[in-house]
Amino acid sequence: MREWQFNPYHQRIEDALEQTATPPPADTEWGVWEVFQQDRRGEHHHHVGSVHAPDAEMALVLAKENFVRRGPCVNLWVVPSSAILATAYEDADIFQTTSDKNYREAGGYRSFRQKRRGQP
Amino acid sequence: MSNTLPPNLQSSIFDYILALADDELVIGHRASEWTGLGPILEEDIAFSSIAQDELGHALTFYTLLEGLDGGDADDLAFLRGSAEFRNAQLCELPRGDFAFSLVRHFLYDLAEAVRLDRLADSAYPPLAQAAAKIRQEEKYHLMHGRTWVQKLARGGDEARAHLQTALDLAYPAAAGLFEPVEDEAELVAAGLVPPSAEVAASWREVVVPFLSSAGFTVPVGTSHLGGRYGQHTEYLSQLLDAMQALYRTDPEASW
Repeated sequence: MREWQFNPYHQRIEDALEQTATPPPADTEWGVWEVFQQDRRGEHHHHVGSVHAPDAEMALVLAKENFVRRGPCVNLWVVPSSAILATAYEDADIFQTTSDKNYREAGGYRSFRQKRRGQP
Repeated sequence: MSNTLPPNLQSSIFDYILALADDELVIGHRASEWTGLGPILEEDIAFSSIAQDELGHALTFYTLLEGLDGGDADDLAFLRGSAEFRNAQLCELPRGDFAFSLVRHFLYDLAEAVRLDRLADSAYPPLAQAAAKIRQEEKYHLMHGRTWVQKLARGGDEARAHLQTALDLAYPAAAGLFEPVEDEAELVAAGLVPPSAEVAASWREVVVPFLSSAGFTVPVGTSHLGGRYGQHTEYLSQLLDAMQALYRTDPEASW
């Protein structure tokens, strides 16, 4: 298994792959942690930014004051940035919906349209 | 007890709250001196935010003093000279290296948390309410300080040496935080405040095992007393010169 050196903000996946062979010296630089915040119990956590920290515990301590000085928040997650695998922006076309994909959407069905109009 | 106190207690509680307010203002200002100079960006922001919290606590206490005929909160903060300040000398010592500021602040936050826990039961409702509100913020301050001290304690010889040096200065000086104001006994008898000796004992019960288990030598002795009676180091005058210059130039200016 190769160790990944990947920063989703500054590198593309190809750059990350290239760097894997010769990782930069990591002894003086802290890792990057992605921060996810939950505003209310039961809601999704959402990404709010990232912090440098020597470990997960310190990442949480720093994330609190960097991102949640003003609420609302009930829970924070931190995840090593290196744990994230991202698509390449060149491949953004994979997310495009072309031609008729009506059948993939609820609104594409007659019963749904009827229901919305209040018909049986 | 109602919000109105007998006259003799009124001046004693004024002295007591003034000491708390001055502690917060002075250590908050010292912490704010790290703004832009923090060891890393994230900690710069965190420590600056903690500094702002302490200034907010100071404002809360000065506002209580306004209600005790103390005059304007801003005037209390910015127009008094060094001999009129009642903060513990620990708070005014120069910021030093980051290890010193960190250790000093940790010892202070712990003392504050212990004291506020007791003050939340004060028979003087305005003080009890202020204490209950302020102690909520102390939980994070303690988490921040505890985590940093623990990490640095395991961070190699250099980090340990910096922290121990900081502790050798800050720990004996922290005794000044528990120096009772002149008429504390009256306030204790009326159920308004806890005895400072008890607050100090509760503080030591937490801080000594924590520092020992992190591998530090807990210094003996006390130093830097007298702050509660207006005795200060030259560092307080320097701090006040910097902190009060703008307000003194034009107290009427609006912000």
